[in-house]
Amino acid sequence: MAEQGVASVWRRIKAIYTIQGNMCKTCGSYYFPPRPVCPECRRKGKLELYTFKGLGTIYSYTVVRQAPEDFKRQMPYVIAQVELDEGTRLTAQIVNVDIENVEIGMRVRACFRKIKEFGQGGIIAYGYKFEPTMKVTGHKEKSSPKQKEP
Amino acid sequence: MQLMRSIDEKSKHLGKEVWKMRNRVAIIGVGMCKFGELWEQNLKDFTLEAGMYAIFDAGVPGSDIDGMVIGNMSAGRFTGQEHLGAFAVDMGGLGDIPAYSVEAACASGGAAVRQAYMAIKSGEHKVMLVLGSEKMSDVNQTEAMNTISVASDWEWEGMFGATFPALYAFMARRHMYEYGTTEEHLAMPTVKNHANAAHNPWAQFQSPVPIDVVMKSGLLADPLRVLHSAPVTDGAAGLVMCSEDLAKKYSDTPVFIEASDQSSDTLALHDRKSITTMNAVVSSTRYALKEANLELKDINVFELHDSFSIGEIILTEDVGIAKKGEGGKALEEGITEIGGKFPVNPSGGLKARGHPVGATGVAQIVELALQLRGDAEKRQVDGAEKALAVNIGGTGATSIVHILGR
Repeated sequence: MAEQGVASVWRRIKAIYTIQGNMCKTCGSYYFPPRPVCPECRRKGKLELYTFKGLGTIYSYTVVRQAPEDFKRQMPYVIAQVELDEGTRLTAQIVNVDIENVEIGMRVRACFRKIKEFGQGGIIAYGYKFEPTMKVTGHKEKSSPKQKEP
Repeated sequence: MQLMRSIDEKSKHLGKEVWKMRNRVAIIGVGMCKFGELWEQNLKDFTLEAGMYAIFDAGVPGSDIDGMVIGNMSAGRFTGQEHLGAFAVDMGGLGDIPAYSVEAACASGGAAVRQAYMAIKSGEHKVMLVLGSEKMSDVNQTEAMNTISVASDWEWEGMFGATFPALYAFMARRHMYEYGTTEEHLAMPTVKNHANAAHNPWAQFQSPVPIDVVMKSGLLADPLRVLHSAPVTDGAAGLVMCSEDLAKKYSDTPVFIEASDQSSDTLALHDRKSITTMNAVVSSTRYALKEANLELKDINVFELHDSFSIGEIILTEDVGIAKKGEGGKALEEGITEIGGKFPVNPSGGLKARGHPVGATGVAQIVELALQLRGDAEKRQVDGAEKALAVNIGGTGATSIVHILGR
């Protein structure tokens, strides 16, 4: 299958390794993953490459308990939508944390990890996962700013 | 990120005001095979069965059918067979009529209905056979889940370990966080839909499930459990559609498509401003009601896409049956039960009727046509005159809405 291909990961490693997306000079929106066209401005948009700081907040999360073959060894694992400080969201695993401590609003930072192996004999993909910031800053648990009610 | 056009702008753009004046499109025949894990039948067998039932129900000679469209998500991955247009026409002995398949993930069935609707409306075709079909049980559960997962953004969600249940779990968790939806609420659509399906001879699961069994079933992706999720199903459904002027010739009980509308949203769930509402559903429902010149209170029966129970809760709100955040409350109050003010999924929905992805959108229309004809037997919604179906692709990136009337 196509996803077994080396090229499909290799051509995206800038984005996957460094969280590189883009930012529209016209409207100021940030995009990750990178987009070919700014959906707000379309032809008036001016997209420039932008490397995200890698800091964010958990917007929603779940614990995956039934996973595809390539992820079976990691089960159960936490996966979340992380809202980056620049304002856009991405989907990534949360690591270095006890499952019961994960909550919406938790501050997280990007870390570089093995994502998966593409089956037996397939390539190994590396990229971003996220971990709680408190691990390095020594903040006490759950001191994170609660997200505002929408 | 939302580029929602105003309704007036869209109407103008499509010339819908003029459209409405023309010939309506009628559904004159419906058919289904029994949904389930059909170990003894392959894709061809049950697709043919559903199509035959629809044609016999319509009483149309095969030679009058001048086109066919089939909704299918991924026969290539599930069974190794593609090119289903020619496949189905050949097996059905329908000669040399034009035929093709359409794909819009879980909304493929709805897309097929809409394609036929547009083809007949344009005058290009007179009588069309619409099929929806999926054979899912020939691959193992993991592979079936992988195949469903490609309905989301594979490169940026699936590759990082977000399974399809995980994406719906994001919505559920956020819905609980923002609106106080509870685990009991999440279990309620399942209980209701299983109870409804007990009266549906075509349904995969025809036995009621108590709420505590749902709430204790195995976790897929917290807080979503196995019994919150639609099953792996084989099955097909079929319709015969024609223009209004021909409908009277073939059928005494034609059902008319009052509106067909479709909206898109971002492919990836993380690109949406809110993940507790599906903008594509909100807009396509609004367009459809406007096109049919109806209000929500005029609709008597609904089929809403409940691939996960949180889906039914969110759709109940987005369609307008309940206020945002009160989908769970609507279930508590029984508004969406048969006999309630807005019955949702009298067929059992995707959860209990079964969810052969490509067939679902067509099966929804089959159920609603039966309801409007008064042929739904023990699950009949009394005096139903207008019906609305919402068929979702992926996590809400495609929404297809049909309004039927008799």
